[in-house]
Amino acid sequence: MKRTVITVVGKDTVGIIAKVCTYLAENNVNILDISQTIVQGFFNMMMITDANQSEKPFADLAKGLEELGNEMGLTIRCQHEDIFNKMHRI
Amino acid sequence: MINMFEVNETNKMITQENLDVRTITLGISLLDCVDADLEVLNENIYRKITTVAKDLVATGQQIEREYGIPIVNKRISITPIAFVGGKACKCPEDYVSIAKTLDRAAKEVGVNFIGGYSALVSKGMTKSDENLIRSIPEALSVTERVCSSVNVGSTKCGINMDAVRLMGKIVKQAAEYTREQDSLGCAKLVVFCNAPDDNPFMAGAFHGVTEADAIINVGVSGPGVVKTALEQVRGESFEVLCETIKKTAFKVTRVGQLVAQEASRRLGIPFGIIDLSLAPTPAIGDSVADILCEIGLEHAGAPGTTAALALLNDQVKKGGVMASSYVGGLSGAFIPVSEDQGMINAVEAGALTLEKLEAMTCVCSVGLDMIAIPGKTSEATISGIIADEMAIGMVNQKTTAVRVIPVIGKDVGDMVEFGGLLGYAPVMPVNSFSCEAFVSRKGRIPAPIHSFKN
Repeated sequence: MKRTVITVVGKDTVGIIAKVCTYLAENNVNILDISQTIVQGFFNMMMITDANQSEKPFADLAKGLEELGNEMGLTIRCQHEDIFNKMHRI
Repeated sequence: MINMFEVNETNKMITQENLDVRTITLGISLLDCVDADLEVLNENIYRKITTVAKDLVATGQQIEREYGIPIVNKRISITPIAFVGGKACKCPEDYVSIAKTLDRAAKEVGVNFIGGYSALVSKGMTKSDENLIRSIPEALSVTERVCSSVNVGSTKCGINMDAVRLMGKIVKQAAEYTREQDSLGCAKLVVFCNAPDDNPFMAGAFHGVTEADAIINVGVSGPGVVKTALEQVRGESFEVLCETIKKTAFKVTRVGQLVAQEASRRLGIPFGIIDLSLAPTPAIGDSVADILCEIGLEHAGAPGTTAALALLNDQVKKGGVMASSYVGGLSGAFIPVSEDQGMINAVEAGALTLEKLEAMTCVCSVGLDMIAIPGKTSEATISGIIADEMAIGMVNQKTTAVRVIPVIGKDVGDMVEFGGLLGYAPVMPVNSFSCEAFVSRKGRIPAPIHSFKN
């Protein structure tokens, strides 16, 4: 199973997780793991998800998340996990 | 499972430190396009390129989106045209028609450069080779995306000084033909010694005759990532310095390996090599010269530069080799002047001269690259510069190259603007003493003694 890593970075506001999760639920993306911290008022979240059941093509999904991020003043990136595995695991 | 720290590290490299895959280069053999009729040959070439490479750009963009890593260039390299056109081209003008076809094919498939308007003449020139070489100035002026290279020497064969003399003339002519654009033609022309068959980087890329029908080669980059990593180890020992470069090069190369494998799988074309190179761009923070400064030099060109560059080049290779299953091309650190803001600064500060750059080419991956020199520089002097650089490559069993731009109408102190990835450069002074009598000698320089390894 190919997993997708979603990262959300930006100024903390109310409802970030809610909005991101709602978007993912609407697109049938299953969340496998969430880790989140706030450093000096900056919100930092990483989600590991399974987007294989989503009907939207990967590019559209990523674009949707990016737009959602823009609305809330956040940077949201959506990437296949392979790039991280390759770089950090031998 | 990967953790947040690692994910953030990767994304910081991409968003803040200019980590990217510099190029996916699709090598295409044109040997099966050969025909005695020029029109048929042109048609065959156009058809082959536009068929094999039709999905290249779209696939590159798809990979970019899915992994969130920029792939800056999608390019094509082809069999040296002197091999392909020999039967059909009777004069230089015939070859120019092939250049136009290549340009048209490049535009059709959406690649920004196509390399391989080339001849390999390290020992001698056939009539076909000579026709191709003589057509280069016109070919580069009437096309936009075609890149040309000529291999004039090798450790095994020595240096073909007739070709070196001819190339001095050709470089000057190419400058004249494109004088309206600051002699841009010369930025697309490279003279090589020991040219590799699988180099994915322009302007010197071509698809060697030892290669398969089609192959994917990938060039990675990331000087900004290395520089940022070195900021954390200021004042530490050489051991720490080298370890840091190695680890960073490993990470950068792994991304290239992933992209190469994916591109190969999706296009159904075998993976050739990864070229482990630190390739700068004019963007701030994407500079090899800045790494040299971070290692401890006030400017690139200061005493110690050659040692620092040797260390950098070696550690990049050591770190990268384990990250990829096949390594090739030029691999190392590029030191172009106009494409590297730190180099430009060093020239402007008076820290970096042509002679120091020549010394640096003994230990870097390629050679004298993207250097603007006065337009009045004579053909013989350019040949002399080429001969020196070829000798370094021949004796040290490494690839060296010359890509100098004698900018017509400009002199020392003037600025030249090439635009885009090619950047801008201050015109550098050239030693004005003559080498006319030396380069006028006919024939070739024999191969060095250590080439006899059998």
